[in-house]
Amino acid sequence: MADLTKAERMKLPRQAMPEQDPMIRKSNFQEVPHGFTPELAMAEALRCIECKIPHCIGGCPVEVDIPAFINLVTQGKFAEASRKIKETNSLPAVCGRVCPQEEQCEGVCILAKKFQPVAIGHLERFVADYERENNLVELPQIAQPTGKRVAVVGSGPAGLTAAGDLIKLGHSVTIFEALHKAGGVLVYGIPEFRLPKSIVQSEVDYLMRLGVEVKTSHIIGKLDTVDELFAEGYDAIFIGTGAGLPNFMRIPGENLNGIYSANEYLTRSNLMKAYDFPNADTPIAKGKNVVVLGGGNTAMDSVRTALRLGADNAYIVYRRSQVEMPARAAEIHHAQQEGIQFLMLTSPVKFMGNGSGCVEKMECIGMELGETDDSGRCRPVPIEGSNFEIEVDTVVIAIGNSSNPLIPRTTPGLNANKWGNIIVDPETNGTSRPGVYAGGDIVTGGATVILAAGAGKVAARAIHNYISNKN
Amino acid sequence: MVKVLEHYHLGENNYKIIFDVPKLVKKSEPGQFVVLRVSENGERIPMSIGDMDAKTGALTVVYQILGKTTALLATVKPGEHIMDCVGPMGNPSHVDKKGKYMVIGGGIGIAPIHPVAKKARENGNEVFGIIGSRTQNLLFFEEEMRRACDHLYVCTDDGSYGEKGFVTTVLQRLINEGQKPDFILAIGPVPMMKAVCNTSRPYAIPTWVSVNPIMIDATGMCGACRVSVGGVTKFGCVDGPDFDGHLVDFDQLTSRLKMYFPQERQSMEKFEREHQPCYIGLKESPKQTA
Ligand SMILES: Cc1cc2nc3c(=O)[nH]c(=O)nc-3n(C[C@H](O)[C@H](O)[C@H](O)COP(=O)(O)OP(=O)(O)OC[C@H]3O[C@@H](n4cnc5c(N)ncnc54)[C@H](O)[C@@H]3O)c2cc1C
Ligand SMILES: Cc1cc2nc3c(=O)[nH]c(=O)nc-3n(C[C@H](O)[C@H](O)[C@H](O)COP(=O)(O)OP(=O)(O)OC[C@H]3O[C@@H](n4cnc5c(N)ncnc54)[C@H](O)[C@@H]3O)c2cc1C
Ligand code: SF4
Ligand code: SF4
Ligand code: FES
Repeated sequence: MADLTKAERMKLPRQAMPEQDPMIRKSNFQEVPHGFTPELAMAEALRCIECKIPHCIGGCPVEVDIPAFINLVTQGKFAEASRKIKETNSLPAVCGRVCPQEEQCEGVCILAKKFQPVAIGHLERFVADYERENNLVELPQIAQPTGKRVAVVGSGPAGLTAAGDLIKLGHSVTIFEALHKAGGVLVYGIPEFRLPKSIVQSEVDYLMRLGVEVKTSHIIGKLDTVDELFAEGYDAIFIGTGAGLPNFMRIPGENLNGIYSANEYLTRSNLMKAYDFPNADTPIAKGKNVVVLGGGNTAMDSVRTALRLGADNAYIVYRRSQVEMPARAAEIHHAQQEGIQFLMLTSPVKFMGNGSGCVEKMECIGMELGETDDSGRCRPVPIEGSNFEIEVDTVVIAIGNSSNPLIPRTTPGLNANKWGNIIVDPETNGTSRPGVYAGGDIVTGGATVILAAGAGKVAARAIHNYISNKN
Repeated sequence: MVKVLEHYHLGENNYKIIFDVPKLVKKSEPGQFVVLRVSENGERIPMSIGDMDAKTGALTVVYQILGKTTALLATVKPGEHIMDCVGPMGNPSHVDKKGKYMVIGGGIGIAPIHPVAKKARENGNEVFGIIGSRTQNLLFFEEEMRRACDHLYVCTDDGSYGEKGFVTTVLQRLINEGQKPDFILAIGPVPMMKAVCNTSRPYAIPTWVSVNPIMIDATGMCGACRVSVGGVTKFGCVDGPDFDGHLVDFDQLTSRLKMYFPQERQSMEKFEREHQPCYIGLKESPKQTA
């Protein structure tokens, strides 16, 4: 096989990922794709023609050396392939699962033009899983202790990445996390069926083995301020607190019982394990007719959670059309296979209660697409007189998050923009306060795991320079 | 893990628990609250701060057994640990100088008004306290409140101790006698806070209440704690817990608190089936006399 010509390799079919059957998986929380076998991975890897100018690398926000890692896969050197990825991306098991590959690495793969792109995400996931499951994760060489201390605030992908890079450089690192479990959105937001929590835990465990101290249930801005961290002897601080303040629609009836923000719904189910109630103590509404408002990954995660909790009808209500939905293509596809109903070009007007405080109906209005707006998408315009009602008992609002104001508010001199996002120098991710760096969703607003991880990396490098030059 | 220093039975379903959390105590202000998690896979439950001792690092919470988590909490013995005690959450109460500053505590709400009363007095207010409960057995902190306030009025619904009547009976009487307060902070069951607001409204007395919606993270992340205040949705945990009571939609708050009644009952029944809860092992709190 390996001596096939480039032209022949290009024409090999893309290997399909084995998955749980949709009719079975829609009532369990286990991961949907099973992952490649070594044979499938090697067969898929053969499709990469190792371009002289690999566009795929440019499509990846952290420039993973994709042809190099895929070449190692063709040789069966899976753990080596994983280590290759980790030179620029410390969370391959996560990114292989959740990156919007079709817009990034795979979207610009040369094969995408005529054939199907190389399954870069599936391969990335495979090698990282292989390395972890076979206990081949090696502890890296750690530089001589520098005696410098860095505080990392928030344990999402930005914080975890920054912490990993800084500890390797010999600095002592403490992560402060507000919740009782580390991982950020990776543990409280993204469900088990898409990202098993054991993977996130093993990333956190790995950092702890490297010597990172993780202090959970410790809120910066409350228990310590940024200035108090400096006073306690930290030499630099990285802020990776995410975008965790849910937006609501501001329409009548929004506070009726049964209406959740996606953050609440997913936190109950994931972090608090409400899907396992009453074995876990936190309850969740197990609605029969569930509507999820929105079209992003968060909306897909919520609606598929509702289905798994036993909904008879689980709807996505989205005000644009399907092509504008920002969710990963794979999630939309999986949701469709599972029987999620999509009400496109529809927007809610108000919620009606049943007289005892619970939501019972939702009034909607039809939309049509108008001119292109600032976001480059067509602006949805209500169609007068197109109102109709849907029976609902649970509604999940997944229309995005704003930034949590706690740290900007308690840190004098830390500049934020009008949306509360911390302003940084994109070269270094340094803020207006010397020694304070920031990255991830708190800077960009809700974005992606790999962008947050990349921001953590940039900041780690700059923090290293900063504290190395400081006495 | 957080160590329990002391734990007492106060009467009926009420308990007082003291945690060893020196750093948290140093940062806490009257009116703030903490979030407890008793066990792995347990709920996160918010609890007002009933007292704090900066010298010893002890933080007191007074709670009432309502369901599974509070029942489980009542089985933890001094010297044992619970998973987490996070905070300080929420904004401190307004304790600046108002003049005649009145604190009203009903039932379990007597605990959190105690540090507020102390602080308001330190800030130069003339502090009036009204504490009330259904019956004598449920009264606590009387001694502490007498020390914290310039004037303390005690009442019980059934007249078994102090004046007979509700806290609003006492409030109305004081207003009638010309002791109209300049500011009221009321903490207690929702119907009590609503009644206080209804009593004070005709006199336009600024009246703040500490709301107790269902919470999860208490950091502003989930929005479970939504409360309507003057028609605007606020998050109880980060915008509150204290709000202008004349603007709070108490009926919505009451309704939202009932959202999980069936599940809560199921959880409690499971707990009682699987455990022989032994709250009785705890010491009775030393009797306080006036
Ligand atoms: C449901 C859902 C699905 C998603 N799906 C995808 C996907 O498929 N692909 C993708 O690429 N992206 C996805 N995203 C987006 C992605 O998860 C985020 O962009 C990413 O997690 C941001 O990382 P972060 O490190 O900036 O912050 P977060 O992951 O948000 O972590 C921030 C952490 O900081 C903690 N924190 C906040 N304030 C404080 C404080 N004051 N003190 C201490 N700790 C604090 C928080 O508790 C949290 O744990 C999804 C997001 C959601 C909500
Ligand atoms: C800011 C704040 C301060 C509070 N202070 C005190 C206090 O000092 N002493 C005290 O005894 N209680 C206090 N509470 C209420 C306390 O949190 C609930 O009694 C407790 O969560 C009940 O848990 P449970 O599992 O025992 O009962 P459950 O059976 O779960 O619930 C019983 C009732 O408690 C309420 N409740 C349930 N879960 C929550 C939750 N996660 N958050 C808030 N309320 C909930 C609901 O009304 C429910 O019907 C406070 C609540 C808030 C929001
Ligand atoms: S990190 Fe994401 S974008 Fe980069 S190569 Fe991996 S899957 Fe593609
Ligand atoms: S663009 Fe596609 S074919 Fe070319 S190196 Fe990258 S993955 Fe391989
Ligand atoms: S409890 Fe989650 S936002 Fe208030």
